Amino acid sequence: MYVAVKGGEAAISNAHRLLADRRRGDRSLPAIGIEQIVAQLGLAVDRVMAEASLYDRALAALAVRQARGDMIEAIFILRAYRTTLPRFGYSKPVETGVMLVERRVSATYKDLPGGQLLGPTFDYTHRLLDPSLLGDEPVDTALERDEPGEPVMRVSDILAGEGLVEDDGNLPEGHVAGDLTREPLEFPMARDLRLQALARGDEGFLLALGYSTQRGYARTHPFVGEVRIGEVEVELDMPELGFSVSLGRIQVTECQMVNQFKGSAKNPPQFTRGYGLVFGQSERKAMAMSLVDRALRAEEFGEDIVAPAQDEEFVISHSDNVQATGFVEHLKLPHYVDFQAELDLVRRMRREYEERADAVMRDAAE
Amino acid sequence: MTPDVPTSAGLATYNFAYLDEQTKRMIRRAILKAIAIPGYQVPFASREMPMPYGWGTGGVQVTAAILGPKDVLKVIDQGADDTTNAVSIRAFFQKVANVAVTTKTREATIIQTRHRIPEEKLTAGQTLVYQVPIPEPLRFLEPRETETRKMHALEEYGLMHVKLYEDIAKNGHIATTYAYPVKVEGRYVMDPSPTPKFDNPKMHRSEALQLFGAGREKRIYAVPPYTEVVSLDFEDHPFEIQTFDKPCALCGAENVYLDEVVLDDKGGRMFVCSDTDHCEERCANGHRGHLAYNKEAAE
Ligand SMILES: [Zn+2]
Repeated sequence: MYVAVKGGEAAISNAHRLLADRRRGDRSLPAIGIEQIVAQLGLAVDRVMAEASLYDRALAALAVRQARGDMIEAIFILRAYRTTLPRFGYSKPVETGVMLVERRVSATYKDLPGGQLLGPTFDYTHRLLDPSLLGDEPVDTALERDEPGEPVMRVSDILAGEGLVEDDGNLPEGHVAGDLTREPLEFPMARDLRLQALARGDEGFLLALGYSTQRGYARTHPFVGEVRIGEVEVELDMPELGFSVSLGRIQVTECQMVNQFKGSAKNPPQFTRGYGLVFGQSERKAMAMSLVDRALRAEEFGEDIVAPAQDEEFVISHSDNVQATGFVEHLKLPHYVDFQAELDLVRRMRREYEERADAVMRDAAE
Repeated sequence: MTPDVPTSAGLATYNFAYLDEQTKRMIRRAILKAIAIPGYQVPFASREMPMPYGWGTGGVQVTAAILGPKDVLKVIDQGADDTTNAVSIRAFFQKVANVAVTTKTREATIIQTRHRIPEEKLTAGQTLVYQVPIPEPLRFLEPRETETRKMHALEEYGLMHVKLYEDIAKNGHIATTYAYPVKVEGRYVMDPSPTPKFDNPKMHRSEALQLFGAGREKRIYAVPPYTEVVSLDFEDHPFEIQTFDKPCALCGAENVYLDEVVLDDKGGRMFVCSDTDHCEERCANGHRGHLAYNKEAAE
C-alpha cells in the first residue's frame, strides 16, 4: 500500500523552527546586537544597504542577523521590505563636490587641491591574522582633525578646466530620472536607469566584469581619477513650501574612472569617464561599477561591441543577485511533472534507438 | 554612532493581499491589456516580493492584484496542494489576505498553479493563475529580448517551426514535452509555462480566464475565456499528448497525467494522479486502482 507524502505544512514549520535555533546558536553566548553589527560589521551592513537600495543601517543590520550573515539573503529581506514603502518623490541631485570627505584618493595626480586622504582603509595593511582581535583588547582612538575640512575639488573638475575630459552631460529637456523599482526594464536603457541597475547590482558580478575589461575583453584604459568616501546631504524640494528641506546625511562612495579616448567623428580626443556611486563605504563596488559603466557606453562612443561587459542586455539582465539567486535556487523546487514528461520521451527515444540498432544488426546478418 | 533600532511595532504593516493599492492598480492595468491582446506579453513593474524570484512571484502578484475578500483560493504545484511551495504560497495569502482556501478545484474562484492544469474542467467565473519562469517562447532560440520582441511584432515565427522541424528530422517526432509552444487566437505564439504538453488542450476555448505572471522577467499575459489555443505542429506530424499505459494506481483514473513514484530499490514503480484533488475525490467516490488502500480489507 502506498500513501502519498503529506505534511508539507508541519515540515515547513519545523524547518523554520530549526533555522531559528541554528541562527541563535549556542545559548551560553550572548546574542549579537543590532548595534554591534552596525558598529563592528559596518561594511557588511553597507553592502546590504547598497544592493537593497535602502539606506537604513539598523534595518540592514537586522537583515544581516536574520540571514545569519548570508549577504544575498540579507539583501533580499531588506529589498522585500523596501518595496512596501511609499515613494514621496525625487530628492535633488546629491552634490558630491561638497562631500565631507573621510577618504579621497586620486591615481592621476601626485598632489592636488584637498590632498590625498587615506581614511579608514585596508590598503597597505598587511593581511596577517591579528591575534589581538581574538579578544577585546583596548583600541586607540583615531586621530581626527579638529575642524571639518573644506569641500574638496573633484578631479573631474580639474580636468574639465582644460576641456580634456567629457563634461557631465545634460539629460534631455524634461527628462525625469527613471526608477527601475517602479517601471519594467526595457532595452536599450537610458544611462540613468543603467547606473541604477549597476548601483544595486551584485558586487561580485560587477567586480568580475570590470576585471574582464582590464584583461582585454573590451579594454578601456582606465585611471582612477578619484575615489571619495564621505557624507552628503540629501535634500527634497517641497513645492508647497517653495524651498528644499534636508532629509539628512548619507555616506556614499563615489568613483570617477577616467578613460583614454582617441576621439571619433562626433567627439574630439578627450578623456571619457565611467561612474560609480554606492551607498556606504564600498570602494571595490564603486570602482567595478565605474569600469562597467564605461564599458557599457561603447555604443555611445562608436566602439565595437565585442565583450560581455559591453553588452547592456547581458550585463543588466544578470547583475541583480536577488533575481539570480531566486532563479538558480528555484531548481530545487519540485519539477517532477516535467521530469516525468522527459522520462517518457527518453524511454521512447531509447526504444526507437534500440529498434533501429536491431534492424541494422538484422540487415547485416542477412 | 548608535543607530535608531526600530521596535517590532515600528516596522511596516502590510495592505490586504500584501501589495499596496497603487501597485495592484498597475498590475490590473497590465492584466486588462493582456486580456485585450491574448497571448501578448505585457511588461509590468514587477515588485520585489517576500519570496524568491523563480518561486512564483509573478503568479503571486497577479493573484494579489485580483484577489478579493470573498474569493476562495486554491494553490497547486505539480498538480498537488500539499507540495511545500504550494503550502507556503497558500499560507502567505491566508496570512496577508485572510482569504478562504480550498483544495477542491470546483470550489475555488482563483487557482494559482505551477506546472499543471487541474484535470477537472474549469468553468466560467474561475481564474487560473500560472506561475511563469521564462515567458518568452522564443527565448531559447534567441536570448535577446530586443530581438524576440521584434519577432513577435512582425509575427516572425519561422525559427520556432524550424526548431520543431529539426526535432522531427533528428528524432522522428517533436522532442518538446513541456512548455510546448501554442498559438493564441491565430496571432501570438505563447509559452504555456512549463506545464506538460498533456495539459495544452485544456487551454483551448477554456471557460475560465487564464492569467500568466512572470515576476523576475516582469511580464504578464493572458488567455481570455473561449480563446483559441492551438499547439504548434505540422500537418504530417500532428500535435499529440502523452499517454500512459496504466491507469492511476490509487483511483484507477485513465486519461489523466500521472506521476511516477519509485517504490523500492529493485525497480518497483507505480503511477499515480499528479492532480491530488482529482485523485482524492475519485477515491472518495469509491473508485479504486490496483494499489489502493482497501479499507474493508484492512479491518
Ligand atoms: Zn488517481
